[in-house]
Amino acid sequence: MSVTTHGGNPQLNRHGELNHLITIEGLPRDVLTRILDTAAPFTEVAEREVKKLPLLRGKSVFNLFFENSTRTRTTFEIAAKRLSADVINLNISTSSANKGETLLDTVDNLAAMQADMFVVRHASSGAPYLIAQHLAATGRDHIHVVNAGDGRHAHPTQGLLDMYTIRHFKKDFTRLTVAVVGDILHSRVARSQIHALKTLGVPEVRVIAPKTLLPAAVDRLGVRVFNDMQEGLRGVDVVMMLRLQNERMQGALLPSTQEFFKSWGLTPEKLALAKPDAIVMHPGPMNRGVEIDSAVADGRQAVILPQVTFGIAVRMAVMAMLGGN
Amino acid sequence: MPIPQLPDAEALCGALADAMRPHVDASATALVGIHTGGVWIAERLHAALGLKIALGSIDVSFHRDDYNQRGLHANARSSQIPFDVDGAHIVIVDDVLYTGRTIRAAMNEIFDYGRPGRVDLAVLSDRGGRELPVAPTWCPHALSLPVAQMLALERSDDGRLSFRLMEK
Amino acid sequence: MKIHIKNGRLIDPASATDRALDLFIGAGRVVGIGTPPAGFEANSVLDASGCVVCPGLIDLSARLREPGFEYKATLESEMAAAVAGGVTRLVCPPDTDPPLDEPGLVEMLTHRARHPGFAHVHPMGALTIGLAGERLTEMAELAEAGCISFGQANRTIVDTQVLMRAMQYAATFDFPVWLQPQDPFLGKRGVAHDGEVAARLGLPGIPVVAETIAIAALVNLARATGARLHLRRLSSAEGLAMVVAARESGLPISCDVTINNLHLSEHDIAWFDPHTRLDPPLRAAADREALRAGLASGAVDVLCSDHTPVDDDGKQMPFEEAEVGATGLELLLPMTLKWAAEMKLPLATALARITADPARVLGIDSGCLKLGAAADICVFDPAAEYVVSRENLKSQGKNTPFLGKAFPGRVRYTLIDGRLAWDGTGTLS
Repeated sequence: MSVTTHGGNPQLNRHGELNHLITIEGLPRDVLTRILDTAAPFTEVAEREVKKLPLLRGKSVFNLFFENSTRTRTTFEIAAKRLSADVINLNISTSSANKGETLLDTVDNLAAMQADMFVVRHASSGAPYLIAQHLAATGRDHIHVVNAGDGRHAHPTQGLLDMYTIRHFKKDFTRLTVAVVGDILHSRVARSQIHALKTLGVPEVRVIAPKTLLPAAVDRLGVRVFNDMQEGLRGVDVVMMLRLQNERMQGALLPSTQEFFKSWGLTPEKLALAKPDAIVMHPGPMNRGVEIDSAVADGRQAVILPQVTFGIAVRMAVMAMLGGN
Repeated sequence: MPIPQLPDAEALCGALADAMRPHVDASATALVGIHTGGVWIAERLHAALGLKIALGSIDVSFHRDDYNQRGLHANARSSQIPFDVDGAHIVIVDDVLYTGRTIRAAMNEIFDYGRPGRVDLAVLSDRGGRELPVAPTWCPHALSLPVAQMLALERSDDGRLSFRLMEK
Repeated sequence: MKIHIKNGRLIDPASATDRALDLFIGAGRVVGIGTPPAGFEANSVLDASGCVVCPGLIDLSARLREPGFEYKATLESEMAAAVAGGVTRLVCPPDTDPPLDEPGLVEMLTHRARHPGFAHVHPMGALTIGLAGERLTEMAELAEAGCISFGQANRTIVDTQVLMRAMQYAATFDFPVWLQPQDPFLGKRGVAHDGEVAARLGLPGIPVVAETIAIAALVNLARATGARLHLRRLSSAEGLAMVVAARESGLPISCDVTINNLHLSEHDIAWFDPHTRLDPPLRAAADREALRAGLASGAVDVLCSDHTPVDDDGKQMPFEEAEVGATGLELLLPMTLKWAAEMKLPLATALARITADPARVLGIDSGCLKLGAAADICVFDPAAEYVVSRENLKSQGKNTPFLGKAFPGRVRYTLIDGRLAWDGTGTLS
């Protein structure tokens, strides 16, 4: 079942071009930079009367969401439609999978419907790799796979739009101290952010969380670990907050959201420990009063709404780059 | 085949401006230059004709018709149309007219912004080889080149424009 | 049938023999070593030039998938795999469907397996009914039906009171208890070693403490109950150290490791390869090194294949959802030889771990080539390569992380009770 891939990274084709976007890990710096550069002109398209470009006209983009997410699915849909693609939405959680159809059977059926691109969200880490490998093994590697979030593993478009946001407001990655705060253990967003920050040359990446929400070998990701938020935020240029899910209380990872907010919630007082021009980011949706105080979320340092706008442009860039390779 | 004499780009800019002057309204005509050479020429024309409406620029990368063959162009830039396209008199400005595909893409791009009243085309030189039914409104120079050769506009550090012949 | 195996290099770890000696077989037994008995006339001569002649391999953990999982594998296919791999005796864990918790089921299995040309099968009996960890099985009846030891496959008994009682009851009859040390709660939802790779790939982790806590509990219970304990499938350096310490304090525990933990580490997961979804998980490189050294020194008694055929559908899933296990009967010998070469061990020491030492743990007189012993014999060419491919694997399970790789050691002949069961090309039965 193992498939040989050119150069080892299954995301790149034999010319070193992006064939799939599954994870930021392993992508060279110039590939990431090219995606960010390509996204820049796409931000302007939203200002036009006709918010469309013809790049993906006649192409079919299938949104395969095995895990529900209206937000992410909608932004991918908007991005694909702005490129003139035909978009088909499939909420597999309510259809075939429940009837016992395997993941790969579902993929085979959809590929037979002339799909050009699959945007995949799945609850299990590694599912997009499985799909990409299967497509290659069955002679259909013209179909591109975009990972919209797999288990705890990766959410590369979120990582990229976060990097675009940082570059927009801070310009130079190589002079920054960035803190990622919250449930690192369960977060595919955090993993993608950490890989992107390190690849783009951020000299100090910090993670701030209670021990129960940090992976056992987290230091091997090349980050500086803090359990104390006051210490962790000192002198930081970018604060990246993560969402805390309610299930964490059930798994004996945390006693309550109140206690979490007390120690790791971002309040104006804690934010004041960062640099005065530090920016605050959040992938959304926000739990106000759990990981972030409303005063900060609505304050002048928060760039959460620009993240959303940039997110559409970044996803357009990714799909346009893949579609042409 | 003898190497054709390359024209003086600076002189041609002047000739182009002279040809356009009777036909443009300084307060109502808008110029849109195509990156990069067309933008340089449009800047000259804008000044020479004393136009009031701010200069626009287009990158045609997203409307090119060769995306499926060649993928996304590496250095796509933002297009800037700082005026209302609806009902406007727009002059597209480019350096060299060849197959006509770039002009088609530029028109598609402009129409994404609205419905212009009239569109004209001003180019510095027409090198022949049209593949689409596109014709310039104003063009002070023409020459014939073999397929393997490209005519390119360059700008020196001190802002001087000149033509160069390149092998494809 | 009188068979003369000539020109081979005879290695019998039990008697520390390693030299050029012919072997003579009659009436299913070894009747001559080096020289034939008087009047011996061979019906058949097997040329073992360039080959090693050793006792048939004994695999202490091989799932045959019958009864209940016939879509994954059948007795016929897995027995073909066994003899192709030189395995003449194997122990199958009790997690069949239904589990081996009733004498009738065990009898059916042993009856099915009693076939000329099939390896000897020793079923492991379930320690609790349904492997559910609540009520004891009729261990005496099961032993009579053929169970050689009792265990829980990879289901843990949660209630320590039940665990203790089960070990006491087994100890009453001096029945060995074979258990895989894993805490029922830690790493319950884990799928990979809780280390660097799981952190990067976002896989739920199984920490080493899941193994060490269970070892501590089992060691203490063995001491308290007097049960004969064998720990199956160790995966960590710390776990092995605890076993060694327990032995040094006077407790006679034995243990084994699998060919997968012997050769692979967490890094072999690579791009979420479902063939590396294993139980126990592949741990850190340092754990692998400790297990390799432990097997060499004898701190780990036995190497087993932990043969677990899984059908393609079961493996072509995202890593977290893929079925656990790898095929391995045919890889036991090549993996042993590869490890021996890398550790620069004498062949006799390496082969002991899959012949004499498993026999010792089983408590049976087997795994050796002495006069009068049953003629369970493996003849292999240590220089020839075995390429792991879907075509070469006789097992129905093609699920192995070693697909596409080549290893030293091709089995030329396998004899069971003096009958040729494998001649290098096909099974003969």
